[in-house]
Amino acid sequence: MTTPLLEVSDLVVHHGQLRALDSISFRVFPGEVYAIIGANGAGKSTLLRTISGLHAPTSGSVLFDGKDVTSWRPERRARGGIVMVPEGRRLFGSLSVEENLRVGATYARPGQWSIERVYETFDWMRERRNQRTAQLSGGEQQTVAIGRALVANPAALLLDELSLGLAPVIVQRIYGMLPAILATGLTVLIVEQDVSQALRVASHIHCLLEGRTTLLGRPEDVTAEQVEAAYFGLAAKLEEGSEPS
Amino acid sequence: MTWVNAIIQGVLTGGLYALFACGLSLMFGVMKVVNLAHGDLAVVAGYIAVGVITVTHIPVLWSFIIVVPVMAVLGYVLQRTLIQSSLDRGVLTTLIVTFGLSIVIENGLLQFFTANTRGIGSGLALVRDSFSLGPQIQIAYLLVVIFAVAVVVLLGLQYFLSASRYGRLIRAVADDKEAAQLSGADYRHVFGIAAALAFGTVALGGIAYGMYAQLDPTAGTDTILLFAFAAVVIGGLGSLWGTLLGGVVLGVAQQIGAQINISDEVLAGYLVFLAVLVLRPQGLASRRTQS
Amino acid sequence: MNLLTEPVARPAADLRVTRSRRSVAWTGAGALIVVVVLARMPYMVHSGTTAILAQAFIVLTLASMWNLLAGYAGLVSVGQQLFVGLGAYFVLILAIHGVSPFQALPMAAIGCGVAALPLWWLVSRLRSGYFAIATWVLASAAMLFIERFPSIGSGSGMPMPGLAGYGPVLLSAYTYWAALAVTVAALAAIYLLLRSKLGLALTAIRDDEVAARSSGVRVGLARLLVFVVAGVGCGAAGAVLAISQLQVQPSAVFNIQWTAEMAFATIIGGLGTIEGPILGTAVYMVLQQTLASYNAWYLIVLGLVAITVALFARRGLWGLADEHLHLRLFPVGYWLRD
Repeated sequence: MTTPLLEVSDLVVHHGQLRALDSISFRVFPGEVYAIIGANGAGKSTLLRTISGLHAPTSGSVLFDGKDVTSWRPERRARGGIVMVPEGRRLFGSLSVEENLRVGATYARPGQWSIERVYETFDWMRERRNQRTAQLSGGEQQTVAIGRALVANPAALLLDELSLGLAPVIVQRIYGMLPAILATGLTVLIVEQDVSQALRVASHIHCLLEGRTTLLGRPEDVTAEQVEAAYFGLAAKLEEGSEPS
Repeated sequence: MTWVNAIIQGVLTGGLYALFACGLSLMFGVMKVVNLAHGDLAVVAGYIAVGVITVTHIPVLWSFIIVVPVMAVLGYVLQRTLIQSSLDRGVLTTLIVTFGLSIVIENGLLQFFTANTRGIGSGLALVRDSFSLGPQIQIAYLLVVIFAVAVVVLLGLQYFLSASRYGRLIRAVADDKEAAQLSGADYRHVFGIAAALAFGTVALGGIAYGMYAQLDPTAGTDTILLFAFAAVVIGGLGSLWGTLLGGVVLGVAQQIGAQINISDEVLAGYLVFLAVLVLRPQGLASRRTQS
Repeated sequence: MNLLTEPVARPAADLRVTRSRRSVAWTGAGALIVVVVLARMPYMVHSGTTAILAQAFIVLTLASMWNLLAGYAGLVSVGQQLFVGLGAYFVLILAIHGVSPFQALPMAAIGCGVAALPLWWLVSRLRSGYFAIATWVLASAAMLFIERFPSIGSGSGMPMPGLAGYGPVLLSAYTYWAALAVTVAALAAIYLLLRSKLGLALTAIRDDEVAARSSGVRVGLARLLVFVVAGVGCGAAGAVLAISQLQVQPSAVFNIQWTAEMAFATIIGGLGTIEGPILGTAVYMVLQQTLASYNAWYLIVLGLVAITVALFARRGLWGLADEHLHLRLFPVGYWLRD
């Protein structure tokens, strides 16, 4: 059995006095697409922020490639291969597209991704590379944000709420890039509110409810009812064929 | 016409004010720090220059080669230690700490250098002499040189910020320091670089001030800080060239005030500053609406 | 795993809401005794001592006002010397027109309160750093403006009329009592203010301005009131200062040093508590008296101590005492007791 790329153990995270995550444990192996799903406030983004280092856990550990990174500052984790695309894109608004990519590449590890390759993968970007990112559309910004993360050649790519604020067709197009990303050897951890979208792309899903794990497994092994129950915390079954929105 | 002379004088003085102001603008733009000790740092640099010249007998005009790097290093260290600690504790603490620093520096200078004024390079022809552009227009060489230096510094800063790796990082961190962390940048280090730049430029301003006027321990708060801030606000925050515009407007306003009533020079500048603060706080060069 | 625990059943009648943990009655009596003792000082000690005490009272008043601004309303002003100067000059102008300086004192204080209104309009929309600088500019501009008028002494100042008729001992006593009265009034006013609804509003604003605003707290009005009160307080202190110095000099009364002293005393003593400035003023006076012969040293030491306290002991010396002893001389908070 290979070593997990990412191993989270008994993670407890607080926001002030509120316990946002309660003893979360899971493992992500190289090449997986690990989807964390759950309703608003379930703790998904908190989990990702803790893994990326922006938030300090109360207890528990985060192991990356065998190393304990729990006390590592965010920039050290980024340089070490854990790169997050934060919720809301968070591009550098006063910088151009290319400058955003260059910042992402400042502390890049060696690997297959480069600014040139990002331009090849997302063909519209090259012509607009000198445009300030604040002027781009939501979907374009999201793509640039992903590109900014990719040029660092991460081992683990964290995608936080990609679909937020974007039209479904754009979201599908962006998720459609995942195979190309995975083909270069990355492992992807996504937080996604849109459950059906998550189920379509994930190799593993992990459902959170109020900071606790309610479901953990592979999409092919779980039923829609189980996912709904885990998502909403209901024991009752919903109508067959309906999808959680 | 003496009015023309006054206006030219005011425009050129704007260069000196821009040297003071660009560091303040940088620190506020990047770290959101209002450094109340900023003016005193210029004075400190001036006194260091006096000391360096006395000890090493280096030609006055070359003193900046030692003073600017020393101040830049001081800026990096102060930012990483004192100012970062204050920032972590909030805006109130930062204001109090920089204010405390200002008082400590001023009184420290008073203790060691007394209240007597000191000039830099007072004997130099460059500092003393002026040239004529017609019968009633007399322009000091020094002012022209200072203005030229200010333009060069601003050009250099602009190039650094737009084209260099750290310049990009500084702009990125100013936009979103968390996102910069996610891209691998240690924002504390980037803040330090920005502070080093700010301290380096204000050092040039201090040396220039020591040549143009006289150094005294309280000049930092009496004159320099408020002028620097006025230039930043009038020109518009976030714009480097705005500090030059603001400096020029301030200088011209002061000279116009002086023409009306010789003792109203500084007051006129403050009145313009207050007017801008109230009517257009985003500054003259800014394209943004009310922030 | 159970996230929900059983709530503890407890009848509501068992809990009381009080203003302090210990009985306040003895504090009120204690304060009265202190004031009476202080009032009798001129009969008991040399006028040199009362002069020092008067100076302490001036700093205490200023520090309490700065504390009100920064610690409760979140307004960091480095221009309060503006009101110190205005208070001094109001007294001077009235004295020139024949009013006794001591009678002019309350009028000067009120005048400063009135002056605070247009000044607030100038700076009210500015935040933190910009606000601080603006107050400093206002103070500097005020000084320069006043220096234009030879009738009140221009740049070199002039002696305070109307004081020559008093003998030195009597003058010293009256000055002392004026300082004491101003301080007692200031502290009383602040105490009552903070116990009132305004005080609650200020605490809410201090904790979370947006939440306070959405709860209906009129943030702008609260801040305006605080700014005016601070103007009155600093103006009154400035009036006492002018009387105690027997003259009014622009560079002395509009000096940034006043802000340094009031800010540092407050920080060291404890920002955000009424007791803090009292403790801080005591520290300040001790430092000033011991280092008096070393000129600028006491400000250097004061500044360094203030920086250290601001970074490492956020709530000041009083905050440290409060944390361990739960001591409150001026109970303005609420405690749940059973």
